[in-house]
Amino acid sequence: MTLSKAKKRELLRQMYTIRAFEEKAEQLYAVAKVHGTMHLSIGMEASAVGSIAALRSDDLILSTHRGHGHCIAKGADLNLMMAEFMGKENGYCRGRGGSMHIADVAGGNLGANGVVGGGIATAMGVGLGLKMQKRDQIILCFFGDGAANLGTFNESLNMAAIWTLPVVYVCENNQYAMSFSVKKAFAIERISDRAAGYGMPGVTIDGNDVLAVYEAVSQAVKRARAGKGPSLIENVTYRWRGHSKSDANRYRTREEIEAWKQKCPIQRFRARLIEEGVLTEVEADRIEQEAYAAIDAAVAFAEASPEPALETIEEGVYA
Amino acid sequence: MRELSYLEAVREALWQEMQRDERVFIIGEDVGVYGGAFGVTLGMVEEFGEERVIDTPISEYGIAGAITGAALVGMRPVGEIMFMDFTTFAMEQLVNQAAKMRFMFGGKIEVPFVLRTPAGSGTGAAAQHSQSLESWFVHVPGLKVVMPSAPHDAKGLLLSSIRDDNPAIFVEHKLLYKTKGPVPEEMYTIPLGTAEVKRQGRDLTIVATSIMVKRSLEAAEQLAQEGIEVEVVDPRTLKPLDEETITRSVIKTGRVLIVHEACKTGGYGGELAAVIAGSEAFDYLDAPIVRLAGRDMPIPYNRNLEYHTVPQVENIVEAARQLVQGRV
Repeated sequence: MTLSKAKKRELLRQMYTIRAFEEKAEQLYAVAKVHGTMHLSIGMEASAVGSIAALRSDDLILSTHRGHGHCIAKGADLNLMMAEFMGKENGYCRGRGGSMHIADVAGGNLGANGVVGGGIATAMGVGLGLKMQKRDQIILCFFGDGAANLGTFNESLNMAAIWTLPVVYVCENNQYAMSFSVKKAFAIERISDRAAGYGMPGVTIDGNDVLAVYEAVSQAVKRARAGKGPSLIENVTYRWRGHSKSDANRYRTREEIEAWKQKCPIQRFRARLIEEGVLTEVEADRIEQEAYAAIDAAVAFAEASPEPALETIEEGVYA
Repeated sequence: MRELSYLEAVREALWQEMQRDERVFIIGEDVGVYGGAFGVTLGMVEEFGEERVIDTPISEYGIAGAITGAALVGMRPVGEIMFMDFTTFAMEQLVNQAAKMRFMFGGKIEVPFVLRTPAGSGTGAAAQHSQSLESWFVHVPGLKVVMPSAPHDAKGLLLSSIRDDNPAIFVEHKLLYKTKGPVPEEMYTIPLGTAEVKRQGRDLTIVATSIMVKRSLEAAEQLAQEGIEVEVVDPRTLKPLDEETITRSVIKTGRVLIVHEACKTGGYGGELAAVIAGSEAFDYLDAPIVRLAGRDMPIPYNRNLEYHTVPQVENIVEAARQLVQGRV
């Protein structure tokens, strides 16, 4: 499956946009314009962008606590997303969700999730609902290496497999469940090896190669849409930042982080596109600048947006 | 009117709603040819097929995920957890996901499912198959909690729960399954959040849930022979709660006994007592609010010990008598 030049440029734009969003998110936190916490996917952009590039626009995703990238790649409106991030009334969730719970239901993003692995079973249920209605859509479920060790992983992947549900499970292995290394958390080399235990294909991909991710997920999507059931894809990647805002990085070395920064998925893809003649340096710079400008505009929109009115505090409470 | 058992009333609601609405389906352990552990769904897979009466592996968390996810994309699932004790496995999905989504996502999504589960002791199944855990769910914003005590209510409340756009925990009592009562053949709904006065009386209000409604009505019969007229109020849904019907009854009688099977400490009776004490009914109380509930202990296996762990008719009679005679 070869992508058009325009599509490749679009993927680069999305990756820059995610990077720009999250760098801005950090800055806003530093100057106390947002409260709570956030989980940044800087360094993991290829996993989000490559995976979602393999979907149709009417396909669905379930995301994670580290979900800004998924949301942007799924086509979210940056203004509404930033407004939600800043807790504003006109954000995607009226300011009730925040970073960990951004959902763009109309755009097919059924939500980020504050609970590690919280979406794995829900995705199986979504797949069941889609199949029962004979709908031509599929659901792609992101989760991390940490979530792969939850009981729900076993129950849900098994149920998705026995009922041949249209689900694509994408495990973003960023090497750490908070501080706990995959080397300590798994007695197997590849998380995708577990797929065999459920009777579904499993593949481990260089998750910092956006086109490799795209290819692998495309195969899984094709299989799911053809009614052949779920797949498990493991995108091997790395988060450059700490788990959340409270992380002092005591569990890993600066050298390790630096080594992974040399494998930056954005720089890699950019260099490749220039080499292939898809882009010039100047065009790549413009894409990057436009991404940062779009985020600045989103911040301006969010800052000008109203806070939720206190009188509306219980709106949407039904029980 | 025609009589059905409580179990048959639940089944009839499922059956009729599945005929009416193709979005409705049943999913749970052994709900297919086995008919469910208690036989509630017996015969349904033959009528509706394996695609709509879905047997699952032993995966309670997965069942909760299946109904949550399917509800998100337009289905109206009815899940079954074989014993309420096993909802412990499903709690994350129910509490953190299903209950929160509509609010957390700014009202942009709905989760219309029902999770049916049998609760209660009296079957000799001991500590891990006899619990009444409804107050856990009541404590979670975003879950409706329904607890019918009679066949008529079971049918009408289940139909309302399925048609509701929000998740509902539907708590059935194992000992009620065989009890009979009048049930109309046609479909009808009982709005969630409407209590019912099951018996009129002037001397004392008993607010009881689930099987304790039946036992309270039996107690009321005995007390009537002593000249004590008991009013029995069944909230029917614990959340939302019809506070008005309860307080109106207490205002009328001036005395209230709350009866439930679940452990007393942290049980729903505390909530009911607080609602009554905090209402205008407070000024009409002639005696302290009394709770009669399960002992704060695991359900024992031994028949006699099990019997004496939760309120029985004679306990209700005695508690009511003491209240009315001013001995509290």
